[in-house]
Amino acid sequence: MTAYFIQAFIYLAAAVIAVPLAKKLGLGSVLGYLIAGVIIGPVWGIVGEETVTIQHFAEFGVVMMLFLVGLELQPQMLWQMRNRLLGLGGLQVGLTCLLISCAAFAFNQPLSVALAIGLIFSLSSTAIVLQTFNEKGLTKTEGGNNAFSVLLMQDIAVIPMLAFMPMLAMPELVEAAKGLEQAAEHHEELSLVAGLPTWGYALAILGSITGVIVLGHFLSRPLFHYVASSGLREIFVAMALLLVIGIAALMSLVGLSPALGTFLAGVVLANSEFRHELESNIEPFKGLLLGLFFITVGASIDFAVLSENVALILGLTLGVMLLKAGVLWLLAIIFKIADSNRWLFALSLAQAGEFGFVLLSFTLQHHVIPPPIITILQLVVAISMFLTPLLFIFYEKFVVPRHQKAADEQAFDEIVEQGKVIIAGIGRFGQIVNRLLVANGVKTVVLDYEVGQVENLRKVNIKSYFGDATRPELLHTAGIEDASMLVVAIDNKEAAKELVHYVKHTYPKVTVLARAFDKGHSYELRHAGADETVNETYHSALQLGVVAMKDLGIHPFYVEQKRQTFVKVEQEASEELFQKWLTGSDGQKFDPSYRKLFMQLESNIKEAMQRERGDKHDSGERGWTPPPKGYEDGFD
Amino acid sequence: MASPTNHLSSERVQQTPSKKRILLLFAHPSMHRSEANRPLFHKAQDFDFVTAVDLYAEYPTFEINIEREQQRLLSHDVVIFQFPFYWYSTPSILKEWQDLVLEYNFAYGQNGTALHGKTFICAITAGGKEDAYRAQGYNHFTVRELLQPLEQTAMLTGMHYLPPFALFASRSAAEQHRLAQHLECWSTLLTALHNDDIDPALTSELVTINDLLLPSKSLPTDAMDKGDS
Repeated sequence: MTAYFIQAFIYLAAAVIAVPLAKKLGLGSVLGYLIAGVIIGPVWGIVGEETVTIQHFAEFGVVMMLFLVGLELQPQMLWQMRNRLLGLGGLQVGLTCLLISCAAFAFNQPLSVALAIGLIFSLSSTAIVLQTFNEKGLTKTEGGNNAFSVLLMQDIAVIPMLAFMPMLAMPELVEAAKGLEQAAEHHEELSLVAGLPTWGYALAILGSITGVIVLGHFLSRPLFHYVASSGLREIFVAMALLLVIGIAALMSLVGLSPALGTFLAGVVLANSEFRHELESNIEPFKGLLLGLFFITVGASIDFAVLSENVALILGLTLGVMLLKAGVLWLLAIIFKIADSNRWLFALSLAQAGEFGFVLLSFTLQHHVIPPPIITILQLVVAISMFLTPLLFIFYEKFVVPRHQKAADEQAFDEIVEQGKVIIAGIGRFGQIVNRLLVANGVKTVVLDYEVGQVENLRKVNIKSYFGDATRPELLHTAGIEDASMLVVAIDNKEAAKELVHYVKHTYPKVTVLARAFDKGHSYELRHAGADETVNETYHSALQLGVVAMKDLGIHPFYVEQKRQTFVKVEQEASEELFQKWLTGSDGQKFDPSYRKLFMQLESNIKEAMQRERGDKHDSGERGWTPPPKGYEDGFD
Repeated sequence: MASPTNHLSSERVQQTPSKKRILLLFAHPSMHRSEANRPLFHKAQDFDFVTAVDLYAEYPTFEINIEREQQRLLSHDVVIFQFPFYWYSTPSILKEWQDLVLEYNFAYGQNGTALHGKTFICAITAGGKEDAYRAQGYNHFTVRELLQPLEQTAMLTGMHYLPPFALFASRSAAEQHRLAQHLECWSTLLTALHNDDIDPALTSELVTINDLLLPSKSLPTDAMDKGDS
């Protein structure tokens, strides 16, 4: 037990120290984990043999990652992007794979090894690239958009690659491995399909995939519903894990890739109201496991190999990156991506990616590539990722300034980049806000913790998600980072206050609008940082008052003026009360002096309403005051 | 007929070295569709001596703050109404603004001298071609004639009235590449107003002030003759 604790401590400590440092240096978290692994492994030698065991366990992070990738892929979105996905992305993967395979073949590699290498290097690093785009605000550029489609296509392409790799296994490697295995303890993998004939095997596979899709579609909703209505968060987390692990287990039993199964389940659930909640629950597990995976990759890097083959490895890295960039440049020309965007597109995707590591360890397991070559290739992948931040710096320092001038000359076309709006709470209040925004083409993400409410809204085609908006992880998966606004309309007064405070302090750029229950609550919300608050009953009550006055026979336009005056005086009064409230001590926010002020202001409103016409220093009624009688004589 | 040979009088600058502050009251109820007024308004915002007010943005429900608007008038020397010409008049919020802000004993009446000595000018965009705005055209009157209610308002409130700065056939101005020059003239106008370079007396016969601003036309033979544009 003690040994496990110490191991866990070493891995976690390495990650906690190295990853934030790497991020600060602009290297990204993937490289941070790799560095951490290098330090505890080859450099200090505090971890050793167990890395391989841990790596197998950590690979489950990849399975989770593909589940999350699936969750992000709504079928409609895929359909909309089909041209760029298949055209741009497909050609990138295909061409790069072809050229690199040819190169590997020219280096005297057997065909199957060459093909595997081609597949591995056709992928780029989603993690590094997307994170860098986000940090540098390049996501919405044309180059960024196109790079995203390519990365998405690559993520999808990983699935068939994982399925295809075992077929490339080299018989002599398998033989050698078998010999080793028999020498060591022999252990049988659990399998449902071991004894079945081919047709039965095919049937089992087909059945499992159909099962995942059909059950995912029909059974998951009532199940989630049942779990969510218990209101116990940890059970929902357990449920999410159960789902992923269950599918992974099923897939392994029928001899399919667990990643494929969870990916499918993710796609099936992409439209579900539980999507964001699932994401936010799986995300931390995935993050940690993937981190662990990268640490083990770093720890198993063989520096002896690097120092022996420096020239070869550096040469290979540069060759691969030039070739990838060349293919991207060519595609950019074909797809008419011009100027600085072409540079961004070609430079950002020139590295190999984290899936390269995954596929490499997969090829090792399935005896596709001889181990010495794998060690070298791992170094090539890692170094190409290390070089990526440098390419982004090159882009910013040399490419952008050159294209800036041309862009400056294209004058006034205002592009108002309108971020999305997150609406927390979709009860009576949030619903109306959402309807107005959506009707005007504003993108909204609606969150509510009432399963029934979400279900009802989904029935009338209002897109909403189950989830507790006061949880940072959920806000993160709902995309608070690039949202332009948060509307807080949740029913829990205290939670609303905390939410406002949290968001305003963590994401100062996000505008926060909040629904207040009463005056006191509105002050608390403003104090917590809300940019604007509206009392839930104020305007509707005022409206009823207006109707009442009209029904009493008072001229409608006169009533409207009175309403405006009321609002104006009330607003000024409220501001004064707020200042007073701020100075009051916590326990007695509504102390006697506040109450006195409130009564004073109430009488001010009354006075303002009854003020006579003609006195132009009134703050009350001023408009359309006629000049005094007989004034016309003064002009002659 | 006055024929201003030196319209941007350098004498006046020497007489009044103090620079004028400009209040631009802009009214366009449909900014997102605007092709001419929006760039004009944005251009004006670039000048630090211009206070550019988008009335529809500030008072979307027409609840005009009379006190604030009167303070604005008091702290500026030049008042510009910028608007698309709607039914030979201003968009409704500018009428609302006049009805509310130009109060008795502020803008007119026995003690109503707040605007005395200020300069007033309209900057309009008109859909019709320039030819239409004359006795023989289908609009029968010149834009200056049609704007006479505002000219009289300026007179009654003691302001110097300048003929309008106008863009005609504004719906096709962008396609015909006329905007750039108009914006150029707009900058010239704002700078000239700021420097107090325009003598109202020399403009009394002009239909629009545009011709004074074109750099190529330093010596217009007859300011009324617009047949060449």
